[in-house]
Amino acid sequence: MTASSKSLYAVAARPGPALAGPGGRPGRPAGSAEGIVSSLSSRAATPPLLAVRDVRIRHAPTGRELVRGVSFDLAPGRVVGIVGESGSGKTLTCRAALGILPRHLELSGGSIVLAGEDVTTFDEDRWTRERGSTLAAVFQDPASYLNPSLPVGSQVAEVLRVKTGLRRREARSRTLELFASVHLRDPDVVYGQYPFELSGGMLQRVLIAAAVSAGPRILVADEATTALDVTVQAEILDLLADLREGSGLSLVVVSHDLAVVAQLCDEVLVMRHGEVVEQGQTDRVLHRPEHEYTRLLLAEHDQFGLDRVLEGRAS
Amino acid sequence: MTETTAAVRPDARPVGSDVPRDESVLQVRDLDVHYGRGRRRRQVLHGVSLTVGPGETLGLIGETGSGKSTFGRAVLGLAPASSGRIVVSGEEVTAYGRRQWRTLRRRGVLQSVFQDPLRSLDPDLTVADSLVEPLVLQGVPRAEALTRARSDLARVRLEDDLLDRLPGEISGGQRQRVAVARALVTDPSAIILDEPVSALDAANRVQVLRILQELRSAGVALVFISHDLGSVAGIADRIAVLYQGRLVEEGPARTVVTSPQHVYTRLLVRSAPTLRGGAADRAERAELRALLGA
Repeated sequence: MTASSKSLYAVAARPGPALAGPGGRPGRPAGSAEGIVSSLSSRAATPPLLAVRDVRIRHAPTGRELVRGVSFDLAPGRVVGIVGESGSGKTLTCRAALGILPRHLELSGGSIVLAGEDVTTFDEDRWTRERGSTLAAVFQDPASYLNPSLPVGSQVAEVLRVKTGLRRREARSRTLELFASVHLRDPDVVYGQYPFELSGGMLQRVLIAAAVSAGPRILVADEATTALDVTVQAEILDLLADLREGSGLSLVVVSHDLAVVAQLCDEVLVMRHGEVVEQGQTDRVLHRPEHEYTRLLLAEHDQFGLDRVLEGRAS
Repeated sequence: MTETTAAVRPDARPVGSDVPRDESVLQVRDLDVHYGRGRRRRQVLHGVSLTVGPGETLGLIGETGSGKSTFGRAVLGLAPASSGRIVVSGEEVTAYGRRQWRTLRRRGVLQSVFQDPLRSLDPDLTVADSLVEPLVLQGVPRAEALTRARSDLARVRLEDDLLDRLPGEISGGQRQRVAVARALVTDPSAIILDEPVSALDAANRVQVLRILQELRSAGVALVFISHDLGSVAGIADRIAVLYQGRLVEEGPARTVVTSPQHVYTRLLVRSAPTLRGGAADRAERAELRALLGA
């Protein structure tokens, strides 16, 4: 991961057009995403916000392909899950869609179409505009995306000021609204707290608040609940579900845990060693898995986990 | 709700007359553990009582800071009990000093496996040396120790050709299975496992869980400590739930999962991701969180 990508700005905001108003979703820049989507909408009932087609990612110096052929469509308000372990290529796929591939890695095949536009034509300025306002992301280890020496509230407010052009006071009150919307108790108190004073779950809420601050249409959550306690994980997953229902946010949920993905995804991709081994409606994948690896992932829950007890199959 | 008495009796240290000399491999009564000194002193376990019978698998569940690892460390003599008592295979160990613990450990009645196998394996010892060490310390001839080590390696489904390798030369999953084999060589009556599968990938998790299930069937008592009810529920006979240093619930695994009593346990069960999805539980979780004040 490059140093520049690991900051609040990389995922939530970069200098861009001032369009969001307090409490409201931002408008769209003229001639960008939304206009193009609506011009395409005659072709399909719901054109995908994000269309990933046979994406391949290569390590340029060695020519080794780390991701080989990932395809999915993300429609507005839908949730796609990617399951896989470290090295499966799930995170690289997301990073390609966010325009933050690590150095030396490149898209070597396929296409990524974001709101109707091929992202390979995007330069860094364009990515800067799209990140935060069209798509945003949260990752594992939220603390590493925050400056440890600044109160968290001012960091999110700064994102808002830069990204949406709000004045200082407006940015502050909008940040407090965002903190409340991600169910942080006592937003006023949290606003003035430093990262080390907050628990992992609270930090992840702050990051989610920052990520959605400029009203993106897609939120990528990459192992966003992995380091958290189970009850806190459920809080964050519930929050993502609330955001989806409340604001029609589309989600890409990435996890090593199939059961986490099962909580909120419509469609699941199971990845291993850079390839998609299984893909389909969540229900189908969970109940009629076709690939051996998917069966292995299911076996853990099925043979040893809660499911076994809840279904009364425990010995 | 299982109410635990957290009555602190600093002066009370009975001589063991009221400890039932039953068959329990592990018996813990009213255990208090404090960390730190002076103004920094804080209590991490409040009057925890738990018993593990021979061949029984106890799942001990709790979140970060619940005191679950401290419990494991206390019964292994790695964290000092400030009051209460710990009885291992009929032997009162609460007041044991370093030397007595060393003797007890050498007997290998109680063994441990941690999340990171590098904690239980010496990086400079080959797998063979790690496995025979506990036996050699007991005075078992090396050749015999090696024979037993081989059979325990087979129990965790590892091949003999791993014996000459160093921990750094084998995979994380293999390392954890070696750690389990090492815990088995002294033929312990109980193994304390603290998050034994949390750092493993799916294939290795399933494999280690299978091995644990076999050990359970073979009559080895297990204390399976985890933050994740979901990874323990299908293996444990009984489940105990620690919350903020207190035991808030204990019972047969099935009962705890299907009809949890304490608010925290209810939230825990409703929060554990299952393959059935959790959307329906969302409202209930919100209610439980409000009840818990979380």
